[in-house]
Amino acid sequence: MELYKLTAHELSSMLHKKEVTSVEITKSVLERIENVEKSVEGYITLTPEFALETAQAVDNKISKNQDLMPLEGIPMAIKDNICTNGIKTTCASKILENFVPPYDAFVTSKLKGINAPIIGKLNMDEFAMGSSNENSYFKKTKNPYDLNRVPGGSSGGSAASVSSDMAVYSLGSDTGGSIRQPASFCGVVGMKPTYGMVSRYGLIAFASSLDQIGSLTKDVTDCALVLNTITGHDALDSTSVKITPPDYTKALENNVKGLKIGVPEEYLGDGINSSVKNAILKAIEVYAKLGATVEYFTMSASRYALPAYYIISSAEASSNLARYDGIKYGYRTDNFKDLNDLYKQTRSEGFGAEVKRRIMLGTYALSSGYYDAYYKKAQQVRTVIRNDFENAFNKFDVILTPTAPTTAFKIGEKTTDPLQMYLEDICTVSINIAGLPAMSIPCGFDEIGLPIGMQLIGKAFDETTILKAGYTFEQNTDFHKVRPGL
Amino acid sequence: MNYETVIGLEVHAELSTASKIYCGCPNEFGGETNTHCCPICTGMPGVLPVLNKKVVDYAIKAGLATNCEITKIGKQDRKNYFYPDLPKAYQTSQFDLPICKNGHVDIEVNGVKKTIGITRIHIEEDAGKLLHDASGGNTLVDYNRCGVPLIEIVSEPDMRSPEEAREFLETLKSILEYTGVSDCKMQEGSLRCDVNVSIRPVGQKEFGTRTEMKNVNSFRAAFRAIEYEVKRQTIELEMGNLITQETRRWDDEKSASYSMRSKEEAHDYRYFPEPDLVTIAIDDAWVAAVKETLPELPNARKERYIKEFNLSEYDASQITSSIHLANFLENCVALGANAKSVNNWILSDISRLVNEKNLEQSEIPFTPEQLAKLIKLIEDGTISNTAGKKVVEELFENPRDPEIIVKEKGLVQISDEGALLKIVTEIIENNPQSVADYKAGKDKAIGFLVGQTMRATKGQGNPQLLNKLVKEELDKR
Repeated sequence: MELYKLTAHELSSMLHKKEVTSVEITKSVLERIENVEKSVEGYITLTPEFALETAQAVDNKISKNQDLMPLEGIPMAIKDNICTNGIKTTCASKILENFVPPYDAFVTSKLKGINAPIIGKLNMDEFAMGSSNENSYFKKTKNPYDLNRVPGGSSGGSAASVSSDMAVYSLGSDTGGSIRQPASFCGVVGMKPTYGMVSRYGLIAFASSLDQIGSLTKDVTDCALVLNTITGHDALDSTSVKITPPDYTKALENNVKGLKIGVPEEYLGDGINSSVKNAILKAIEVYAKLGATVEYFTMSASRYALPAYYIISSAEASSNLARYDGIKYGYRTDNFKDLNDLYKQTRSEGFGAEVKRRIMLGTYALSSGYYDAYYKKAQQVRTVIRNDFENAFNKFDVILTPTAPTTAFKIGEKTTDPLQMYLEDICTVSINIAGLPAMSIPCGFDEIGLPIGMQLIGKAFDETTILKAGYTFEQNTDFHKVRPGL
Repeated sequence: MNYETVIGLEVHAELSTASKIYCGCPNEFGGETNTHCCPICTGMPGVLPVLNKKVVDYAIKAGLATNCEITKIGKQDRKNYFYPDLPKAYQTSQFDLPICKNGHVDIEVNGVKKTIGITRIHIEEDAGKLLHDASGGNTLVDYNRCGVPLIEIVSEPDMRSPEEAREFLETLKSILEYTGVSDCKMQEGSLRCDVNVSIRPVGQKEFGTRTEMKNVNSFRAAFRAIEYEVKRQTIELEMGNLITQETRRWDDEKSASYSMRSKEEAHDYRYFPEPDLVTIAIDDAWVAAVKETLPELPNARKERYIKEFNLSEYDASQITSSIHLANFLENCVALGANAKSVNNWILSDISRLVNEKNLEQSEIPFTPEQLAKLIKLIEDGTISNTAGKKVVEELFENPRDPEIIVKEKGLVQISDEGALLKIVTEIIENNPQSVADYKAGKDKAIGFLVGQTMRATKGQGNPQLLNKLVKEELDKR
């Protein structure tokens, strides 16, 4: 049996029944990596020894008849902007090429707590800035459905590795769509939880008020299991909420009768590719047939979301990335005249073009004399968008939209025009601005067989309802069972 | 033309909390380089700050002690700039919603009372320290001080002379010490200030162009830096030049200041709300709880000393300006010592020696018990006042029981009337001229003769007794 093809919950139940060992599963995934990684290029760092040691420890527990936790012993991988003690964490940047953190992120500790065999660190756009993984300093990850196409971004490695069965599940981070858009492009389930539900401690910051760690999985059931593992209060993150998360597997119920779904018209208008639109309309039909009520409505402020997002995220990034100055850690230039020159050369040589663009954009937006026109205005837009969502959720339980305006595009297709690339985030950024939970699940394929994702948006802290809606859709469709022919 | 000086001060005080502002590292001065730090205070990738609630407590305390309003909602902001002692390349501070605002402090200079406004008090983190390795020509960074909590106290431009500025600083220091907010050890840099100075023709309402002086590390330096700056600005104006708005650096050794950067070169700090921290909500209950912990403040203690200890207003204000001196006094009084005597010893010999030996007022090396005992030895006539001064000096060198010092140093006073009389008669007989002078009405002769007897007893003779005996003997002749 090709173990690597299975979902986490399938493997977990086999482990519990002692039908298979964690080492067998881990080896199967490592073999799969051996075969397809050279085509997909999803990993920056591989840690097979660590994975196998952990798997062995789980097998020892099993042989002693000790109880296993869900997901214990299931091999997985982590986006390379989440700190792993003793394992390089590069953010796909030259400036952190050799950075080995002496501490674990909150989520890494959680994963170690359930003996997750961590297989490696996944490729991404440098500092999570990008929608195609083309901004990685190290490599361009390919879309497993078409190796000439991008996997999406910035968590491209996280999506491609799960899609191509090189990890049973993975963690990514989402600042403006960085989990959901690649999940959509690669045909997997991507969840961005409510801001504050998963501690950001150890997530290398891009835009602190928007960043959120989440999961990429093969189906919604796995998504619930991963959420159970990574959510919860963390005293080391002031923005981590003090609520006890529910058992998300309780949400896995095949029933949407009476569920009120809202569809904002703006998300199906111009700029949305027709096959994407058709797939979404069909998904809406599925829900209607299953007894949900679907209603169209308008969200007028949504057109301001993208500019507001790029101002806020770049402003925060310009400050968050200032610490990479060549003094204490990371890359330092060999040639400099004085202190200012050291800063200038180090940062000029260490950062890629997109990161520099955002740093300059953000620095400008925060500058004296421009602050009110840009940063402050963007924060006002943020309030308006939050209110828009709040009003919508007075009427609806879930909001349904496409995840991305297009399916996976060709490598190099959008690199010359940053604005075209930024438009990839048009359906996802408002959710980060409002701090809401949203999940992308597979809902169809375009005419050339590329996956399409739909986005289910929930009220703050109501991951349960979108999990339920997603699970019901999965139980009544087969899109999630399709895997790329690699 | 006559000019009026206008001074405003920005005082940074390191707080005496046990841990740093955003992590659990110890907040202690010194320590081996880079041992009091962690991934958080050294700004490693991915780490996050968590505000130490005590820091807000202390800021509120400082605010209440300086008559400030306490904000209901406080916010923290990032101040962005590059420097190697600032590993995050931004300092977390407060921009538009400080913890305290609109307060005041009362001062008195040459008998004139004055109120100095406090614009605001905000919390922020300290930066590390650069160490210049003289031999290798390298600059090294010590991150121990990174994340040490500070409050910045900004005054209104209400001071009109270096004396007023110094008095304001002294008053502020004593308030911070009394409240326990800061240990105010100047030598360790726990209290630092920036000085803003401008001058304007007497009678003019508008302020002149101001300059800001940095690197002012003592009150004495503040005084001198202001004097220097006033002179410099006066000369500039007299020469028909304009004052440039700029930041200057005070060089205390050279007694001069130098331009660091002009207004045009000033940093744009790009302040914006710190997204890693949440707003600080301060309700009435929090403020009330802090108020409960406020101790008796310097002014209240001064009034009490005047009433309870019969100290003069001047003495009471001197001794209460330092909580360490005031506490020392109270401890001595509790042991039965006379408050006025204790006060005199502390304000004269002890303060002089503290200064000479470059100690902080908290570092008097002997105990109140020892001083109380010394005073008792003087009062019961065991030693003279002069010998007492020697004992105090010895207490600074090698603190131990004053009785033992007195014995070891042979300082016991001779009050044996018979023994002293022998000496007195001898001196009088050997100085017939002085006797003649006395008889001729020159009272000064007594002083000379007493001095001679004191010398003959090696200073150990009881002066009152000697005086009495000399007079009696002279009158007999």
